[in-house]
Amino acid sequence: MDKTYYNPDDLKKFGDVGEFQKELADKFFDYYGTVFKDSALSSKEKALIALAVAHTVQCPYCIDAYTEESLEKGYSEEQMMEAVHVATAIRGGSSLVHGVQMMNKVDKLTM
Amino acid sequence: MKSLIAQSHSLSNPKKQLDVINNQNDRVKNLDKFEKKLNEIGLYPLKPTGIEIFQINVGYMCNMTCKHCHVDAGPDRKEIMSRETLEHCLRALDHSEITTVDLTGGAPEMNPHFRWFVDEVSKLKKHIIVRSNLTILDTRKFEDLPQFLADRSVEITCSLPFYSRRRTDAQRGEGTYDKSMKVLKLLNDIGYGKKGTGLVLNLVYNPVGAFLPPDQESLKKDYKKRLWDDHKILFNDLFTITNLPISRYLNFLMMSGNLEEYMEKLVTSFNPSAAMGVMCRNTISIGWDGNLYDCDFNQMLKLKTNHGAPDHIKNWDLEKLNSREIVVNQHCYGCTAGAGSSCGGAVT
Repeated sequence: MDKTYYNPDDLKKFGDVGEFQKELADKFFDYYGTVFKDSALSSKEKALIALAVAHTVQCPYCIDAYTEESLEKGYSEEQMMEAVHVATAIRGGSSLVHGVQMMNKVDKLTM
Repeated sequence: MKSLIAQSHSLSNPKKQLDVINNQNDRVKNLDKFEKKLNEIGLYPLKPTGIEIFQINVGYMCNMTCKHCHVDAGPDRKEIMSRETLEHCLRALDHSEITTVDLTGGAPEMNPHFRWFVDEVSKLKKHIIVRSNLTILDTRKFEDLPQFLADRSVEITCSLPFYSRRRTDAQRGEGTYDKSMKVLKLLNDIGYGKKGTGLVLNLVYNPVGAFLPPDQESLKKDYKKRLWDDHKILFNDLFTITNLPISRYLNFLMMSGNLEEYMEKLVTSFNPSAAMGVMCRNTISIGWDGNLYDCDFNQMLKLKTNHGAPDHIKNWDLEKLNSREIVVNQHCYGCTAGAGSSCGGAVT
């Protein structure tokens, strides 16, 4: 086994997943490419969404890729960090909002 | 900060730079040669479309020492074009079809013959561009220069690598952003960048790091909004320029461990349309000592015009230069990546 689970160079091998299952990989990469094209949302807007999502799923490959992509789309450091805070707020909020469920249960169980 | 040459740094040697971008290690060595890429699209040898822009590097002296500078310019550089060489330039320009004279450096304003030369070129009815770092215009010696340039309708193209203080100062030194904003306001006050004045003020973006420039039009909108909202500053155009892997920027790439990734990115982003429009096809670069080059980057790598074309301003021959073969190497990928890059910004 390698010394680490994540190797930055592995990102370049992403396309190699098609070696084991070409049809599904082709469909995925075709879909992926289409998703990031300019459409109702611009490719620039999509890059910042991807950066936020990358932090939510905590994928180091995605964080590297979309940090660079965001810089190349012209975003400032402040904008990129605000996107991460959006991800953080939603993650934190998703925990906290479940507090309501806890409160409901407390109501039911207690006098 | 001292220039690489003042530090006796190995990367101040152009041969060393070329060796690094060609042979540093297997990853770099295995990249397709630029000539091969051009050959695949029928562009090798690369030939001019006709010289329209006469870009003179009037000296490597500068009041700044920016981290990315491909010239390795700075206060310690003493190479300055002499009046005799400038006179050779005027002779070459006289009665030629060349439309534009582009003055660069270092800080071109620091050449002691600068004002005289601008006046002489104006008499030849050529369009003049001065590439200014802005901060030089915030010094007492040069405070009257903006009006001098305005009186002669000289276009000012100036460096502002980002609309934020953080990134601008990171590349160009502490305090650069504030000085730049002050000078841009001053230029606006005398009419530069304002509609109806005919006084053109363009900004140059270049990435503060190891990545490619954003889409030029999109970024221009961001610059326009931020500079207006934050400072009430106006400008005409924004040019996005890719950093080429030479000199101080090459040093940054090596020191930060980005050399291989950046070179690979430039090569994989090769754009045939950008290759068609590279600036060396319509530009000639003149060094401070009168030597001729295909571009300012080749000048810094001491790759003179070759293949039988004149290589010094004293031997100027427009016909021969227009049919020359342009000298290329691995750094040229910087001008053909993505949307392409030139002194006038993206080329596609």
